[in-house]
Amino acid sequence: MLIFSVFKTLTDQRVTVELKNDLSITGTLKSVDQFLNIRLDAIEVMDPYRHPHMMAVKNCFIRGSVVRYVQLPAEHVDTQLLEDATRREAINQARR
Amino acid sequence: MLVVLRDGRKLHGVLRSYDQFANLVLEDTVERIYSGNAFAEKWCGLFLIRGENVVLLGEIDLDQEDEVPLRQVDYNLLDSHHQQEIANKKQRDEMKAKVLFEQKGFCKEGGEGDGY
Repeated sequence: MLIFSVFKTLTDQRVTVELKNDLSITGTLKSVDQFLNIRLDAIEVMDPYRHPHMMAVKNCFIRGSVVRYVQLPAEHVDTQLLEDATRREAINQARR
Repeated sequence: MLVVLRDGRKLHGVLRSYDQFANLVLEDTVERIYSGNAFAEKWCGLFLIRGENVVLLGEIDLDQEDEVPLRQVDYNLLDSHHQQEIANKKQRDEMKAKVLFEQKGFCKEGGEGDGY
């Protein structure tokens, strides 16, 4: 749930999503849901000649289960805050 | 709409319905195969795609599509090339997985139907 919140704070930022099929897509993060499905606008594909089917695509929906990495803009992630929030969530889980 | 499936297939069709699992209904679907700077289409009709098989769902920009530097050729002409490329990729991936598993201590990734 925490990571879902992180992604929500990153909407409208440029992110790079690397899929398990080695396709890398950079785009503006439009929305994300509980499964970490991702919607990207104004996409650019790394190495478009290896993925010719993506040439005419301008925005896309990526299923969360096929994502390997998401590269985030470092200046928009407060890792200290994230660390604290993770600890807090861990404590809350242990209490239950 | 363009749908990329987990087995590497690319389907072009009109999206008629979807749900929270990304189950999709595609109408007037064609399967597209690509090889080099050419592509080909095969008519497939109506699809109901189970969400787990979907990798990506993309909207085609019709203006941009006109500028794609690929030429369309006959399906039968491209099919054998395409099959060959799939076989090559499979072999390469198997080799890579073998090296990673035996020499580098990685675990085996995916399995059946994960070769997209």
